[in-house]
Amino acid sequence: MLGIINRKICSGGSSVLTSGQSLQWARSSASALRSYSSAAKEMTVRDALNSALDEEMSADPKVFLMGEEVGEYQGAYKISKGLLDKYGPERVLDTPITEAGFTGIGVGAAYHGLRPVIEFMTFNFSMQAIDHIINSAAKSNYMSAGQISVPIVFRGPNGAAAGVGAQHSQCYASWFASCPGLKVLTPYSSEDARGLLKAAIRDPDPVVFLENELLYGESFPISAEALDSSFCLPIGKAKIEREGKDVTITAFSKMVGYALKAAEILAKEGISSEVINLRSIRPLDRSTINASVRKTNRLVTVEEGFPQHGVGAEICTSVVEDSFGYLDAPVERVAGADVPMPYAANLERMAVPQVEDIVRAAKRACYRSVPLAAAA
Amino acid sequence: MAVWLVRSRTFVHILSKKMRFLGVVPSRSSWDSSFMQYSSSSSAILPLVDNKYGSRPYAFFDNSPTRFLVPRFKSTEPERDLDSQYIKEDEDHDQALDFPGGKVAFTSEMSFISESGDKRVPCYRVLDDNGEPILSSNFVQVSKEVAVKMYSDMVTLQMMDTIFYEAQRQGRISFYLTTSGEEAINIASAAALSADDLVLPQYREPGVLLWRGFTLQDFANQCFGNKADSGKARQMPIHYVSKNHNYFAVSSPMATQLPQAVGVAYSLKMDGKNACVATYSGDGGSSEGDFHAALNFSAVLEAPVVFIVRNNGWAISTPTEEQFRSDGLVVRGRAYGIRSIRVDGNDAFAVYNAIHAAREMAIREQRPILVEALTYRVGHHSTSDDSTKYRPLNEIEYWKLARNPVNRFRKWVEKKGWWSDRDDSELRDSIRKQILQAIQIAEKTEKPPLADMFSDVYDKQPSNLQEQENLLRETIKRHPQDYPSDVPV
Repeated sequence: MLGIINRKICSGGSSVLTSGQSLQWARSSASALRSYSSAAKEMTVRDALNSALDEEMSADPKVFLMGEEVGEYQGAYKISKGLLDKYGPERVLDTPITEAGFTGIGVGAAYHGLRPVIEFMTFNFSMQAIDHIINSAAKSNYMSAGQISVPIVFRGPNGAAAGVGAQHSQCYASWFASCPGLKVLTPYSSEDARGLLKAAIRDPDPVVFLENELLYGESFPISAEALDSSFCLPIGKAKIEREGKDVTITAFSKMVGYALKAAEILAKEGISSEVINLRSIRPLDRSTINASVRKTNRLVTVEEGFPQHGVGAEICTSVVEDSFGYLDAPVERVAGADVPMPYAANLERMAVPQVEDIVRAAKRACYRSVPLAAAA
Repeated sequence: MAVWLVRSRTFVHILSKKMRFLGVVPSRSSWDSSFMQYSSSSSAILPLVDNKYGSRPYAFFDNSPTRFLVPRFKSTEPERDLDSQYIKEDEDHDQALDFPGGKVAFTSEMSFISESGDKRVPCYRVLDDNGEPILSSNFVQVSKEVAVKMYSDMVTLQMMDTIFYEAQRQGRISFYLTTSGEEAINIASAAALSADDLVLPQYREPGVLLWRGFTLQDFANQCFGNKADSGKARQMPIHYVSKNHNYFAVSSPMATQLPQAVGVAYSLKMDGKNACVATYSGDGGSSEGDFHAALNFSAVLEAPVVFIVRNNGWAISTPTEEQFRSDGLVVRGRAYGIRSIRVDGNDAFAVYNAIHAAREMAIREQRPILVEALTYRVGHHSTSDDSTKYRPLNEIEYWKLARNPVNRFRKWVEKKGWWSDRDDSELRDSIRKQILQAIQIAEKTEKPPLADMFSDVYDKQPSNLQEQENLLRETIKRHPQDYPSDVPV
């Protein structure tokens, strides 16, 4: 059923390929972003982040990296490998174990014009510094009427890893994204990692950059354009990873890979899904999401984090506000289980969305399965 | 016999491990030669063995165990080299040990460091209660100009506090907090700093802004939240900010300014500027985790920051005895490897001298300095507090009158012949008029326009905020009666 209501679509377009035409072929490939072009170069997310840090530090002497184990240890996840040797201890600082301490120091340095990149070993530990992030970094520009800006980047792995239990597995996307003054980015591929980290470092506002530990080692094809040192992705624009016409699936970070796999499975059953890689949680690319829903009329949101007050809830509201008449089915929300992450491998698997969950949700949205409530 | 041998071997192995740990035995390699040496010399080892292990182990300190030990404790070249490097004997036969962190002597006497010194750390004082200089050699003389400005600003601060406090009581502003009793800390520290030094205040230091040129009208505008405020009335009263005066924003969560000050200082260090960072906090704020992180980190980073702690005896209703059990904050400096001093915070000259010196050291030596200024919070914590509920009125009156820092400094300036009663009454009249006028003007000045609500959230206004603003304006057009008439659009 086509949407009849003619509402003004915000500018910005829907399926604009933000990084140039050279990646057209990647979108239509069979498996998640794996290309078979002979000219394709592959790069792991880890290397992508490392190269982005390297290039930005080289371009601007005010950029410096600070965190636990970032220097001598080459980074807890080796993201900052080689940077200490190249830039010296003044620009790559190993800190004592005090998140509150080094986050506060980073904020202060940013107040005075440096551009710190603060690494949290995982964002779970950022809670020990959250006052500095929210009350100082996010709000200072506003509270000082523009006199004190905070060009800082907070980065590190976010969300579930493998077998690390409750205090190492929470997703903080919705926590940080609810706070005005912050920008929140969630890269998926290597191109995302490079382009968004460079954009984050160059941005005059405080940016929370949520990586994913399990993606660090994953390899993605990367274009020559993305490898250029001036490459940058716009903040606030989502990317359509796979075009489709039956159902829209939004996802970010690791879940993008799962959504793409689910799309493959659904395609075999005759459902064509459009997979949107959000890339930016705040600002959320509402226009891309809404344009897609107006095309497909069905929406499935996917995230790893807890369901209540999550990113999916925000997306659902956005669609209800802007495109209610276009929806042919209730919005399906796929999220992590509403429990602290259990450690046991079998329980952990059940606490995080799997590809099958996304497939079933998409089918429900397409009225291709019997709703649980009706199965009486 | 075999069993005995095995047992003895184990015992000696354990014992030798213990003794190596205590530094008695240099290493396994020199066991052979050294214990012969020990048994013959009157080294420190003997009492240890007597006290700790009784006489029985001593039985092992003869030749026989070595035969068992030789196969196990074969030394290596590097070990021998290292040992001779690390283990030295001085004339007291004490040996220094090497541990991560450096060399440390050892003692055979078990003694705990006392939780407090015999005496409290004395505070540095220049003027007595009558404004007379106590004989003191390192007294930086100030010019008449500076001294008069110091006194005038202290009076201005005092009067500004009184009148603004009253304004809050009259319902004209929503909140205020005074610096009563701490005028000397405020003004004298500001006078000792240079205009290029960056200040990260807590909230009881508007005197620093006053010294640097923030006008009474500026203070009033901020407190009244009108459109003339350089902070666009975004913050509640007394949360001043002024980049032009190198004064960072007052921030409500306690002690967050401390690690941030270290960050600013780090930035200064990278710039190589002849300036330092001065950051203020109180006895209460020193309990925050940020205090620990900041001091610790500043020493590691060798940051040029002066930590000025105003120990005024009270954190709202919590007296210092309930805040910490250390001898104030000055003793904590050493715990972090930071040079520190305690000063009489009600003595303007002591504060001036100490901050002046601290600043020099911080910049020249690129290190943090801790200055604890002892004082008393004469006023209530803020307009939301009534301190007579938790402390006696006569105590407050005593500090207000007998230990008043402003009066004390006045006596000195007058004795110098730089000030008179007439000057004083003229000044006070003039200041009072200026403050009242500033308040009247501030009260009448318009509140900030609607556009100011949506700007500065980010560097550039994002489209969603633009939409929200447009929507709000449309709503106001459609329902003008719901929008307050005195707020500009």
